[in-house]
Amino acid sequence: MSTALFSAQGLAKRFGDRLVLQDVSFEVGEGELHGIMGPNGAGKTTCFNVLTGKYRPDQGRVSLRGEDITGLHPTAIARRGIARSFQLMNLFDDFTALENVAVATPALRRHGFGMWRNARDAGDAYERAALTLERVGLRDKADVRAKSLSYGDRRALEIGVALACEPVLLFLDEPTAGLGADGIARVSELVRELKRHVTIVVIEHDMRFLFGLADHISVVHWGQVIARGTPAELRANPWVQRSNLGEMG
Amino acid sequence: MVPTHHRLLTQPALWITLVLLASAPLWVNKVGLYPYLALEIMIWMMFALGYNLLLGHAGLPSFGHGAFFGVGAYAFGLVQIKFGAGLWLAMIGALLIAAAAGAIVAAFISHRRGIYYALLTIAFGQVFWFISMKWHSVTGGEDGLLNIKRLPLDLGFMEFPLQSNVALYYFTLGLFVLTVVFLWRLIHSPFGRVLAAVKQNETRAAFIGHNVWLYKFLAFVISAAVAGLAGGLFALAQQSAYPNVMSLHNSGFVVMMVLVGGGMVSYWGPVIGAAFFILARDLLGAYTETWLLWYGLLFMAMVLFKPEGIAGMWQAWRAKRTAVRAQPAISLATVEVKQA
Repeated sequence: MSTALFSAQGLAKRFGDRLVLQDVSFEVGEGELHGIMGPNGAGKTTCFNVLTGKYRPDQGRVSLRGEDITGLHPTAIARRGIARSFQLMNLFDDFTALENVAVATPALRRHGFGMWRNARDAGDAYERAALTLERVGLRDKADVRAKSLSYGDRRALEIGVALACEPVLLFLDEPTAGLGADGIARVSELVRELKRHVTIVVIEHDMRFLFGLADHISVVHWGQVIARGTPAELRANPWVQRSNLGEMG
Repeated sequence: MVPTHHRLLTQPALWITLVLLASAPLWVNKVGLYPYLALEIMIWMMFALGYNLLLGHAGLPSFGHGAFFGVGAYAFGLVQIKFGAGLWLAMIGALLIAAAAGAIVAAFISHRRGIYYALLTIAFGQVFWFISMKWHSVTGGEDGLLNIKRLPLDLGFMEFPLQSNVALYYFTLGLFVLTVVFLWRLIHSPFGRVLAAVKQNETRAAFIGHNVWLYKFLAFVISAAVAGLAGGLFALAQQSAYPNVMSLHNSGFVVMMVLVGGGMVSYWGPVIGAAFFILARDLLGAYTETWLLWYGLLFMAMVLFKPEGIAGMWQAWRAKRTAVRAQPAISLATVEVKQA
């Protein structure tokens, strides 16, 4: 048995008569960045939703450090140290950037049922939040409401909220969705930096982004893992080559 | 610089409210009103403030909250009549029994949101109203509980009679101030921040590890407890409790107060709204029996054109004059001050 931090084995999920995932398995080692790649509609986001508790899989097993977490509620999974960002942004729009990350900190969670003290004094929630904003490059925008931030800044904040949970495992769902070249470069830089501190699973269809960052990649198509390996191994894969990776050189 | 606007004591609205309320018995007759009206306004302010914890701060639409106001009123009467309890015990009874009723309802609805949540609160509200009508041996049926006494306020070393409206008024003012302080601290506490997060995005709140169900449950229970306290005071003021206090009407009135006052954008919205509503009832009501029609039209116009209510209009007017942007309660500056 390997010592993977996280593993998914034989996941299957059906919506009505549509089989969205079938027999999806992969493992993520500590400190690794694992990419999940595939065309739109391949089942990548469903896969994330099953892994982070939004849906219960029909079959299969998800485990974190050997503990079975299959089908647990998202809250329970979050408390075990798995945080995720969302493809469609999912922020607290009326909160400032600082409040968005502060409310996600473990300190605020611990003090969450405190009803008398000021939120400002909930452990080190706001100090940690300020540091998190610094990491995602939003320090100057700390007091700006999320709804007033630019699209690129909102994408960064989306990652910031997940990061503020201080996860052992960070799931990023298409962090570059809707971004232009500059934005992608910024997220790329950020993920490269985060990778040094936390284990990451990232969904992307931007292959260039993923090939530059990932240690291992699983290629998902029609709800199945059709190829897996290091970026170098995948470059030699016929499916990957067919889907115009060749043009990247 | 540490912004101070999240401190209760620096709130102009607090001091305006307190000065107006504390001095009301001195001038209320001179402007053609009467002390009992001021008392009733304050009780509704309390009810509305507690209700707004749910509607404004947690974004949970309860349209049956009159039930807990009513449960508080009946509980106050029953604890006094059946157990011969004194003022404090009856007051605590009103609060706790309303909280317990709130807990039962909240246990059934806290996994819901939106329209389903709203419909369930209406249904439960009607259940309580029905019980008050039909359980004759306890509630007195349609006649309600009569002969609720204004027992004296016992402070241990001395007693104050509360027979007069003015004495009861100042007793209520004391409890009102406690409620204002408690709810203010609550919404600025970690609990209040998580509740605000749940209001904006329940899904994300769950995914960052907050027990959303429990937060919604507790918000409902606390809000019901405050409604019960206000209901207890109402029974004391009216010296009776009757089914009408927990009718769907009363549930609707508190919603109209909070929305017209501006509870969605301001802590003080419910205070403004309760005063506005009861004054409108009395002043418009003196001219026409159909005052509620006019108030209803005003309510509709407000929801259509100025959903932020009176408090929102005031904020917009001030923002235009001073061009100062609203600051968040906790800014980066305050965080750095503490670090330094």
